[in-house]
Amino acid sequence: MIDFELEPQVVERAKFFRSVAEHLMRPISRHYDEHEHEEPRRFIETTWQGAARERQGGADAGAERKSAPRNLLTTIMTEELCWGDAGLFLSIPGPGLGGAAVSAAGTAEQKERFLRRFKDGEPKWGAMAITEPGCGSDSAAVTTTARREGDYWVLNGTKIFCTSGMRALEKSDGFVVVWATVDKNAGRAGIKPFVVDHGTPGASIIRVENKLGIRASDTAAILLDNCRLPLDHVLGSPQVEPSGGFKDVMATFDATRPIVAAMAIGVGRAALDFVRDFLSQQQVEIRYAIAPTRMTALERDFIEMETELEAARLLTWRAAWMLDRGLRNNLEASMAKAKAGAAVTRVTQKAVEIMGPLGYSRKYLLEKWMRDAKINDIFEGTQQINLLIIARRILGYTSKELR
Amino acid sequence: MIDFELSGEQKMVRETVGAFARDQVRPAARSADESGAIPPELVKLAWELGLARGPIPETLGGFGDRRSVLTGTLVAEELAWGDLAIALHVTAPALFAFPLLEMGTEEQRRRFLPLVATERFAAVTAAAMEPRYDFDLSALATVASPNHSGFTLRGDKCCVPLGEQAQAFLVYARGEDKSGGARAGDLQGTQVFIVARDTPGLTVVEREKNMGLKALATYELKLDGVRLAPDARLGGEQPADAARLVAQSRVALAAMAVGVSRGAFEYARDYAKERRAFGAPIATKQAIAFMLAEMAIEIDAARLLAWEAATMLDKGLNALKESSRAKHYAAGVALKTTDNALQILGGHGYIREHPVEMWLRNARGFSAFEGLAIV
Repeated sequence: MIDFELEPQVVERAKFFRSVAEHLMRPISRHYDEHEHEEPRRFIETTWQGAARERQGGADAGAERKSAPRNLLTTIMTEELCWGDAGLFLSIPGPGLGGAAVSAAGTAEQKERFLRRFKDGEPKWGAMAITEPGCGSDSAAVTTTARREGDYWVLNGTKIFCTSGMRALEKSDGFVVVWATVDKNAGRAGIKPFVVDHGTPGASIIRVENKLGIRASDTAAILLDNCRLPLDHVLGSPQVEPSGGFKDVMATFDATRPIVAAMAIGVGRAALDFVRDFLSQQQVEIRYAIAPTRMTALERDFIEMETELEAARLLTWRAAWMLDRGLRNNLEASMAKAKAGAAVTRVTQKAVEIMGPLGYSRKYLLEKWMRDAKINDIFEGTQQINLLIIARRILGYTSKELR
Repeated sequence: MIDFELSGEQKMVRETVGAFARDQVRPAARSADESGAIPPELVKLAWELGLARGPIPETLGGFGDRRSVLTGTLVAEELAWGDLAIALHVTAPALFAFPLLEMGTEEQRRRFLPLVATERFAAVTAAAMEPRYDFDLSALATVASPNHSGFTLRGDKCCVPLGEQAQAFLVYARGEDKSGGARAGDLQGTQVFIVARDTPGLTVVEREKNMGLKALATYELKLDGVRLAPDARLGGEQPADAARLVAQSRVALAAMAVGVSRGAFEYARDYAKERRAFGAPIATKQAIAFMLAEMAIEIDAARLLAWEAATMLDKGLNALKESSRAKHYAAGVALKTTDNALQILGGHGYIREHPVEMWLRNARGFSAFEGLAIV
């Protein structure tokens, strides 16, 4: 039965995360934007203590769970926290995208072994490294190699744009899931995920990027120089099978793209709420029900922004709901991600425009949200790569037929 | 509880109406557009689906079906996928029946609902739109002035479906009996009146010629001092909730815009897979494939916005904001999608041999359409 009303317990959780956003994130938002690479230590400690109790291990890509709508809850939580601050949200310790990869591709034993660490102790991060200097969206073209040498895998290559990479590899007892090819001739079937633990010799952070936005989050470049890993650090089967490998990357994205879409929506809503509050202080009324030809330009813009955001939210909830139901959501996840990234880029840019000099001023957070928002149009698959995935699905084309 | 799955009954309704749209409506669409007439046989078949008659209580000659706005959006989408003009024609009697059913006084229901509970297509309708660039349901130029013997209606209406053959109309007007007047945009001042065809002062002017919807016979109405009894106002002493009616209408139009969009998307998608250029189907080019991908996203987005408003209305909530934005959004999607579809067909899209130019003409109207459908 079609319904878009959140259950009371979800609303309660949303209120809680909203309060975290309001009291723990907003007050320090500007500081960590202007002090890039400075660690928000207190925030990290607080969120780790709060979240470690609840966390069990990353986003869920499988159909193994049936009861609570966990993916839906994750999108709600993400929206609320990113309403607070997207950069700080990405800094929250936990299994993150690395955990998502372990959940999607790992065996039961591997999930237990690699994710156990997030239950207690000091704050830890999991991260995922796919992108390389020479390949981004074309993730099947990774050149980082994994060579079998006796009882070890030996990894060589450079990874970039790894979110929380430094925190996972150098600042905590975390790990990075590195995607590498075990057989270049096998193409995408030869690409496997490897867990590189904190402190593994041969794995080092060579750079932390300076960015347009989400500056509280570390974005690392990682050098893998004869990095030796135990054999059981390859997630899932080490065999090169036509159906394996790359499919796991995609399964990871099916679970994480709705989350990124929810991130975008949180930032967009922050901007929209800011404009709404301001207009209401100025006693500017938004008349929803009148004919659009009679609306002011401001009313049309505002309603359009709000509608774009709601459309993106409904697409996102659908993708998460499907995951909770154990349905394949590959198409819907890409739809949500493409829509949310584009919509929120427009919404935040428009919000700055509406507020004029106040929007452009760093006295307020609005300009920051515009900078933060743009990343959602890029990471976890650019808008364009998601459109490509959608196009293949609706046309029934393979990646060879539609390049 | 968040749920994106239709009920079993809703799936069945969608399938039934979808099959009707595919087998009966779509094949008749082009010739209806060219000739300006819908085959009576098709109207008869559509009437047998019981769309307007269904929810009327059995005691008044209906089938006593439970009315659901969400189920109505499914019906609207499917019919409009078949053809918008035919969809608007066959659902027009609901414009009269549903407001009476939900908001009429006991007496009004008893008197007028049997007009719709008939074996043959019931020609009853509503007159909401006005021939003005700034036409607005929340600030109508048609005025209902109260007087000692009831109300007097003055104004011009346009785009009234079934106008010439209609026995009775629901006329939307600005009520002048509210002290202080209406606030812009909240529809407090909008009222609805039941007007029989033969009421003095009511003239059905000649049939309109529009850019699209050529198969749908629409008319201008002149209301020149139409005198109505006090009980002609829908809801009686307590005027009907016009905001709710407008919300139901906007959801219906949003759903129809989605249906038109989906039809155009599917046609362009299939064409792009067939049509070859430079040695490959044009769908294998990103310039075309990305247009199709964006169309697919926007169609789903518009449908979900319409469903969101529909579920709220089914719960009895005020969904004026949600339905308005859904309608406005879906109207934009319909225009963009049909235009993209035409672009994908290139010159062939411009030729009347394909239906795409007709869909573009039909879709262009959604920004202006108000009160032309209801769920």
